[in-house]
Formats: sequence, structure tokens, C-alpha cells
Amino acid sequence: MHIPDGFLSARTAAAAAVLSAGALGVALNVARSLPRRRVPLMGLTAAFIFAAQMINFPIAAGTSGHLVGAVLAAVLVGPAAAVVVMSAVLIVQCVLLGDGGLTALGANIFNMAVAAPVFGYAVYGLISRLLPGTRGRIVAAAFAGWCATVIAALCCAVELAFSGIHWVVFPAMINVHLLIGIGEATLTALILSAIIRTRPELLDASAAEPARRRMIPLVVAGLLVAIALAVFISPLGSDWPDGLEKVAEHFGFAASSRTVLPPALGLDSKIRTTAWATALASAVGTVLAFGLSLLLARWLVPNRSAGRNGEHP
Amino acid sequence: MNAAHTEARSLSRTWMQRLPASLRLAAAFALITAVILLPAGHWRVYAAIAGALVVIAAAARVSMLSVLKRLALLEPIIIGVAALSLLGPAGLRGFLSILAKSSLCLFVMILLSTTTRFTEILRVLRAIHTPWLLLTTLTLMYRYIFVLAEEGHRMRRARLSRTFNRGRWRTWKNLGTVIAQLFVRSSERAERIYAAMCARGWK
Repeated sequence: MHIPDGFLSARTAAAAAVLSAGALGVALNVARSLPRRRVPLMGLTAAFIFAAQMINFPIAAGTSGHLVGAVLAAVLVGPAAAVVVMSAVLIVQCVLLGDGGLTALGANIFNMAVAAPVFGYAVYGLISRLLPGTRGRIVAAAFAGWCATVIAALCCAVELAFSGIHWVVFPAMINVHLLIGIGEATLTALILSAIIRTRPELLDASAAEPARRRMIPLVVAGLLVAIALAVFISPLGSDWPDGLEKVAEHFGFAASSRTVLPPALGLDSKIRTTAWATALASAVGTVLAFGLSLLLARWLVPNRSAGRNGEHP
Repeated sequence: MNAAHTEARSLSRTWMQRLPASLRLAAAFALITAVILLPAGHWRVYAAIAGALVVIAAAARVSMLSVLKRLALLEPIIIGVAALSLLGPAGLRGFLSILAKSSLCLFVMILLSTTTRFTEILRVLRAIHTPWLLLTTLTLMYRYIFVLAEEGHRMRRARLSRTFNRGRWRTWKNLGTVIAQLFVRSSERAERIYAAMCARGWK
């Protein structure tokens, strides 16, 4: 999902860079209030995520995939620290390996180090509150891993489409990542359940961040993501007819708004069908991913310890 | 990839290394921006830039073979994304332009990373007042990437030599356990590092 140099328009790249710099600033500000002893843990977690991404998992027919780890990092060290950790991973990958472009670094940080961990952690927090116990935690982490993968892909597609790449990028990116997300969900659940089995106190330490302080920045960051999406999507939205188009035509600036739009985004019935199909696939995928997360957790966490929170015989 | 390898790669001292790292970083950024802003279809300009980069690489004694190897490693991603532009109004011309421009940018980044150590980049980041928490995270991360990657390989080898895998699911479960154990060890190491940092006067 790393966007290389040369694909983003200057405006998109600059907007994404400003947004991710702001989000990273907020995250650094929050993480600064963490206990000092957790500072080395952030560096080590970044190195851990980097190393874990290098371990390949076999998929069908000789292909292999690897973990991304945004949700895993958020669950292990908390959402604010996870934003810093994932940004560090992306910076090193860009500079050291050339994976992800230098001018696209802002966009890549936004997709994989801001949107994925923040949105993923919000989903994790919600589900684990609804389903208590170790099993609920695994369900939450798996489902959050899937959601984070899809949201990162969506952000990536929006940025590419806004840069004038053909709209086919939406169904292409999202449909592929509906599947890739399943791998991420499974890996997150497997790794988290193994950590809970051996060292449950490591997770409780990260959960011990002051709760009130944690919520406000999370809300702020969530808003940032929402605003960012709005900023990216609104130019596309204005190309979709119905209300907005009519209003624009009525006020006579439809022609001028047309000219600033990427020409590849013109709308016809084919696009509408594809958009509906993608939306439908995402909705069905969400339900399936949640069911799969439930099954996975049921299988990974044996019944007798399901009720007790991280406590094992 | 290991520490000795990447460091050795950056060790040959040529005129390139004598330039300040900040200058190299700024030049790379400027060159990449310029390439991106070039309009589509200026094949001669692309070729001229590629030629200049090859000359620079030769002058900095960077082996073209290693550059090409790394280019080949990352090229599939570029081709994959660029293929989507085949469907757009720009067509084949747009596809080839994007492919050429993206590969040129990648060439620049590879040149930068083979001639610049990460510690030099950290120094530049410190000079431009990067927030200390991000800088500390980056510094510690770079210090332990190779240690943890090595540890992960060791644990995986140990696991492979002791268990007989049947089926993909067992492999996944085993690898998941290895990664979980890698995190446990990382956090234990972080505790030791914290103690060592405190002992040396880090507040």
C-alpha cells in the first residue's frame, strides 16, 4: 500500500503532508505525557513492527504476505504512541529501503500511521467494551485489524483518484484489501492471543494510560481523519450529480468547478454500478469479517478462560 | 539485510560522502520534486536525467548492479499502480510517463540511501528541530532493527528445527507465536535499555 513517488498530484501530496504533520504533532503531544519508562518501549516497538513486517506468511499458490501491524501497535502501546511508532517505521522504510516515495511520505503516513491505528483503535475500543473478557479482546483486535486495512486502502484510493488516476482505483484497491484485511485480522488475533497467553500483564500496562486524557486526543484525531476524508472526497463528491450539481448549475459556477476536477472522474452509469457493487461488497465484507473474528476468537481462546479477563489457570 | 551489510554499503568515502548530508537530502528532494512536476511525454528530458544519475552513481562509486537489483525489487509496485492510468484518458503515453518518472525518483532515493548513513539523516533531523520524542523513537528503532530482525530469524529457525509443520494453518500459528515472543523480548529489552539509560543520567 506504499504509494511511490510520481503518482500523487502536488496538491494532494501537500495536503496529505500537512494533515499527517498535524496528526503526528497531536500524537507526539499526547505521547509526551506518558511515563518516561515507556519512551524506550516506543523505539523498540517500532523496531519490532519493522522486523515483524519482514516475516512472510505463506498464502495460496506460492505467494506470501506480511503483517502491517497498525492495530497491533495501537493495542500494545496505545493509540497515540502507535501513531508515532508507525510513522517512524514508514520514515525508515522510505529513506532506507526506498519503499514509499519521499514526496508521498505524508500520504503514506496519513494512510498507515494515522488513519489505520486511530480508526482501528476506535473500533477495538468499541468492540472490546461491548464484548468483555479475553475473547472479546481478540474479536475486537481481529475486526479492528480488518477495518484498519480497509480504511487505509480507502484513504490511499481517495488520494490516488484525487491525483487524476482512473476511478477504477476505488474498486481495485478496496476489493483487494477486503481480502488482504482477512490476513491482517488473523495475524493480529494470532499474535495478540499468544501475547495474552504468555504475558498478559504487558497488555494491561498499555491499557493503564490515563483514561480521560486518552479520550480527548482520540476524538481530536478522529475528527482530523474525518476532516481529511472530507477534504479529499469533497472534490469527488461535487462531481457526483444530484443535489450538489444542481445547486452548482443553478448558481452558474458548474462550469468553473468542472475545470478543476480531474478529468478521469467523469460520472456515468458504469461508475454508479461499480460504486454500488463496491459498497455492497464492503458491507457484506464487514459482516463476514466480524463473524470470522468471532469464530477466530472462539477457537483461539478456550472456553474456560473466556470469562476471566486475561487470567489463566 | 543486516547491519554490517548496510553500513559497509555506505562506507566507501568519495566526494559524495564529503558533501554535508543535509545538502544531499535537499538535493534529492529537489530533484524528485522537479521530476514529478515534469509534464508527460518529455522522453529526452527523462533520458537526460537518467544519464546524469548514472554518471553521479559512477562518480560516487555506487555499483550499478546493486542499484538495478533494488530497482527491480520495487518496480512491480510502480507498474501495478501505474497500470491503472492505462484506463484513463492519458492512455499508454501517460502510463509510460508515470513509469519513467517514478523509476527516476526511485533511482534518486536508492542513490541517496546507498551514499548516506541513517545516522547522518538523524543528525539532519535533529538540526531542523524534529520533536525529540520522534527523534528518540527513530534513533532507538534504527539501533535495534537489526538486533530484532536477527532475533526473529533465530527464533524462527529454532522453531523450524523443533516442530514438524503440517498444513498452512499450523505454520501461521507458529509464526504468530514467534512474532508474539519477539514482542515479549522487545519489551523486556526496552526495560533493560530504560534502566541503562537512567544509569547514564537520562532523566
